[in-house]
Amino acid sequence: MRSTRNVVLSVLLFCGSVGGWEALVRAFEVPAFILPPPSQVALALWRGFSSGLYLQHLSHTLLETLLGFIAGSALGLVLGTAVALSRPVEFFLYPYIVMFQSLPKVALAPLIVVWFGLGLTSKVINAALIAFFPLLVNTMVGLRSADEERVSLMRSLAASERQIFWMLRLPNSLPFVMAGLDVAMIFALIGAIVAEFVGAQKGLGMLIQSMNFNMDVSGQFSILLILSVVGLLLNRGVMMIRKRVLFWDPSEKERIEQERVSA
Amino acid sequence: MATEAISVQHLSKLYTTRDGGVAALERISFSVDEGEFVAVVGPSGCGKSTLLKILAGLLSPSAGSASLRGTTIQGPRRDIGVVFQSPVLFPWRTVLDNVLLPIDVQGLGRVRFMPAAMDLLALVGLRDFERRYPWELSGGMQQRVAITRALIHDPAMLLMDEPFGALDAMTREHMNLELQRIWLEKKKTVFFITHSIPEAVFLADRVLVMTPRPGRVVDDLRIKLPRPRPLDVMTTPEFGDYTRHIRGLFNVKGGLDA
Repeated sequence: MRSTRNVVLSVLLFCGSVGGWEALVRAFEVPAFILPPPSQVALALWRGFSSGLYLQHLSHTLLETLLGFIAGSALGLVLGTAVALSRPVEFFLYPYIVMFQSLPKVALAPLIVVWFGLGLTSKVINAALIAFFPLLVNTMVGLRSADEERVSLMRSLAASERQIFWMLRLPNSLPFVMAGLDVAMIFALIGAIVAEFVGAQKGLGMLIQSMNFNMDVSGQFSILLILSVVGLLLNRGVMMIRKRVLFWDPSEKERIEQERVSA
Repeated sequence: MATEAISVQHLSKLYTTRDGGVAALERISFSVDEGEFVAVVGPSGCGKSTLLKILAGLLSPSAGSASLRGTTIQGPRRDIGVVFQSPVLFPWRTVLDNVLLPIDVQGLGRVRFMPAAMDLLALVGLRDFERRYPWELSGGMQQRVAITRALIHDPAMLLMDEPFGALDAMTREHMNLELQRIWLEKKKTVFFITHSIPEAVFLADRVLVMTPRPGRVVDDLRIKLPRPRPLDVMTTPEFGDYTRHIRGLFNVKGGLDA
């Protein structure tokens, strides 16, 4: 009962705000290159999709994002594991990692485009670079956060360090790793778009840039809309995997229960 | 029954802190026979957990020696089962998988131990719970899983470190009864640490009384109450005599008041 009422209310709220936006823009005659009315954004969206233009750029950006996400998080996972397990690796590598981490990675995008060109490679590398850090840090923390008593239990069973890693430390780090993946997914999208801004032949970021030159503001709005939906879907995808993997995690259970209550 | 399950000779353990050394254990000697149930009772800080960690091979002594079944302890060994104060279950493993953890670690082959696991789970009253996950179980049930896990590889002895300390009083009494029943059936050597005097007297054949600073064994008391002991035994005058005697030792030594 309550949930149907909430659905009705949120639909009303959406229609109200979009309608209000349309009405205000028309009433005050705001020029379309400052703020286009929603009807024009919808029109731009329809045109873009029906001509196949958006789909072509969207698939390109999506490919960059996913490849960057996979490469960056795989590297973060491996390096985070190495740092967590080996004192020498930590000693020699960690200062650089900290230094590099405090740097806003998007600032590297121009350099990377110069080095790797206007094509796919530079975008994937930039996305991977930004996606890499949350995984690195979370893997490190996760692998080191195994409960002392659980480690004692494993030791009392005469378990080897290798067994303690595979049977305890690794599964124990999964909540941290999954939280890292959550962030890395969105970071990869940011990395891909920023690199496209700097210089690209294809992609939604490049499309926004060229629309900006042409003062096509409603087109830009339509792409922002696509990007937010893409971000949402990517995030949902990671969350679905997370729910599968972390069915045993208390925080995950709470979330599942909350969703059950609100549904 | 001349074989000694546990033999401890002049065992000392010193912890170094910033202000110098602290003697957690000072020249402790005792022995435990095969199949005996021995409880160690003492206030917190008397070194009883340190003693158990040494017996489990998790800590090495500063001086003296400790041996299990005739061989000196040089590290963790596979012929003991340890139960800690908290159940220490792995949340990503089912009850059955948690019980089989020692089998996985020691590479003994799951298939061979599956019937034993099911029998033990039935023994501790957890039949039909093997596919559940730890969070679906109450605290007492979780600790029973931990006991099952300690028994699965058929160890010669059980080391228990305040296993029921985190449970409420009612569950605790129930678990004491259960442990007695399991022990009467399995007849394993049990080395049981607790800070509850009635629990020690109720469960044990012998009670070692420890006082802190430095950790010492001040008495070695044989409990001559017939088994199986019902909970009612706690209201008998004999039971009262034992607990009064132990409490008296603490008051003289200042262990509880300190």
